[in-house]
Amino acid sequence: MYAQLVKSEGMKSAAELSPEERAFQERIDRGEKIEPKEWMPEGYRKTLIRQVGQHAHSEIVGQLPEGNWITRAPTLERKAILLAKVQDEAGHGLYLYCAAETLGVSRDQLLAKLHDGSMKYSSIFNYPTLNWADIGAVGWLVDGAAIMNQVQLQKTSYGPYSRAMIRICKEESFHQRQGYDIMMKMAQGTAEQKAMAQDALDRFWYPALMMFGPSDKDSVHSAQSMAWKIKINTNDELRQKFVDQTVPQAEYLGLKIPDPNLKWNEEKKGYDFSEPDWSEFFEVIAGNGPCNKERLGARVKAWEDGAWFRDGLLAHAEKAEARRAAARVAAE
Amino acid sequence: MATAEIAVDRAALFEFLTRMGDNTLILGHRVSEWCGHAPVLEEDIALANTALDLIGQTQLWLGLAGEVEGKGRNADALAFLRDAAAFRNCLLVERPNGDFGQTLMRQFLFDAWHHVMLTALTKSEDPRVAEIAAKAVKEAAYHLERSSDLVIRLGDGTDESHARMQRALDDMWSYVGELFIADDADRAVAEAGIAPDPASLKPEWEAIVSEVLREATLKAPTSAYVHKGGRRGVHTEHLGYILADMQFLQRAYPGATW
Repeated sequence: MYAQLVKSEGMKSAAELSPEERAFQERIDRGEKIEPKEWMPEGYRKTLIRQVGQHAHSEIVGQLPEGNWITRAPTLERKAILLAKVQDEAGHGLYLYCAAETLGVSRDQLLAKLHDGSMKYSSIFNYPTLNWADIGAVGWLVDGAAIMNQVQLQKTSYGPYSRAMIRICKEESFHQRQGYDIMMKMAQGTAEQKAMAQDALDRFWYPALMMFGPSDKDSVHSAQSMAWKIKINTNDELRQKFVDQTVPQAEYLGLKIPDPNLKWNEEKKGYDFSEPDWSEFFEVIAGNGPCNKERLGARVKAWEDGAWFRDGLLAHAEKAEARRAAARVAAE
Repeated sequence: MATAEIAVDRAALFEFLTRMGDNTLILGHRVSEWCGHAPVLEEDIALANTALDLIGQTQLWLGLAGEVEGKGRNADALAFLRDAAAFRNCLLVERPNGDFGQTLMRQFLFDAWHHVMLTALTKSEDPRVAEIAAKAVKEAAYHLERSSDLVIRLGDGTDESHARMQRALDDMWSYVGELFIADDADRAVAEAGIAPDPASLKPEWEAIVSEVLREATLKAPTSAYVHKGGRRGVHTEHLGYILADMQFLQRAYPGATW
């Protein structure tokens, strides 16, 4: 969910499908997994590359807002936990780039698109982490929202993506618990700590709701992705589920969700709540969020500054291979 | 406990333990500054992993230091509530990250010492020290393997990677010698069989380093000058800024639990 507004192909009607496409759709309908070497429609492949790539990018850009507090974590244990978490995120990026590679696109190609702005990462990482409770809120709300999406993606039709999600979900649940644990400490702490916790919730609530993407009525790409089981639930279904899960957790913390319209609706057995400001969402996606420039700038700089390192390793590998080849010749 | 049976000045033992713990704390801090900024994703993962190991070791060394001191300070109190002059890390680990080559060379020179030191400490007369060393030495072995490998590959890579690694070596070299110079505290723990005499580690360190540098086609500087002071609390200007970051929350909100 870390994938938003993933562009998919227009949905074809059953009559428009070629025999191959129809057979493919029937496999998906039967719940079969599609594996890398098997035939797949070009649109399926492209949509998956966009979605898995965007997800991978989100994991690596997501290191930055949390990395922002590693050097300032308040105890050695918190520092160690945060380091372990950020290391996991980078690991998730690695699985996902590998999953994308099975679709015929290299990690370097995907990174080039991230760096030139033609591929996106989740809007949430363009928000700053301003106080220590933000690290709690990121774990609790951001990872919580991500899990909502990723749990269903364990059932996605593409085998490598599905398997990556199964591994990732296990670690994300731990991340969410550590985030909530920070929030508990803050909410039960001094008046200043409690104020930080409330401030973090106030700032992250709506950006977290935005993570699910625009409302179903405005979500143009969903139908085909859902038919292909690249997407399982709609944006609004997941958002509702997230709100219903999170409100009692906020109450337990003694924190107030920043929404005057939040109310239990007995009829739908769920909460009514305010929509986020979608104009803000589209601004953030367009590059005008509070941290877009810093986040992307940091990734581009890391890549450019690291060119000599990558070139050096490649050159060494070539030299070593040449030496081995020469040794083989000499031995013959 | 065992220390009661070993005749050693408590202050000397505390000094030794903070030297071990402060080295890993400050280097862990420096390495963690890379988070999300490494040249490739695998390095982001490796650096976070290294920092995590070092912070874990810090918890053990400073935890024991607090116990030995017996003034009710735990590892967090020692890490977050001492000022620079009370820190006992060597100057090498507080060197700024620089480019990735500087970070890597600092790591390699430290890892080579760390691994030799921890290996010796696994035979410490103090079982608590031996136990921490037994855990840490496995991690240090991996750190050394990784940093040696990268130093070799980058030293013997392109002209640019070679030049950067040579420059890093030239810059870091004079900060290593401090690790081999003994003072009264070192002599006291060495006499008690708790830790080796620092100078005794040098031949093995030199053997490791010269072999890696040879393969990396790098030249060890000939200057014998040694910057020192960190191990007795006289640091470079950099440490103050590290602590300003690291200790911010504990200093700004005294008494809060996190």
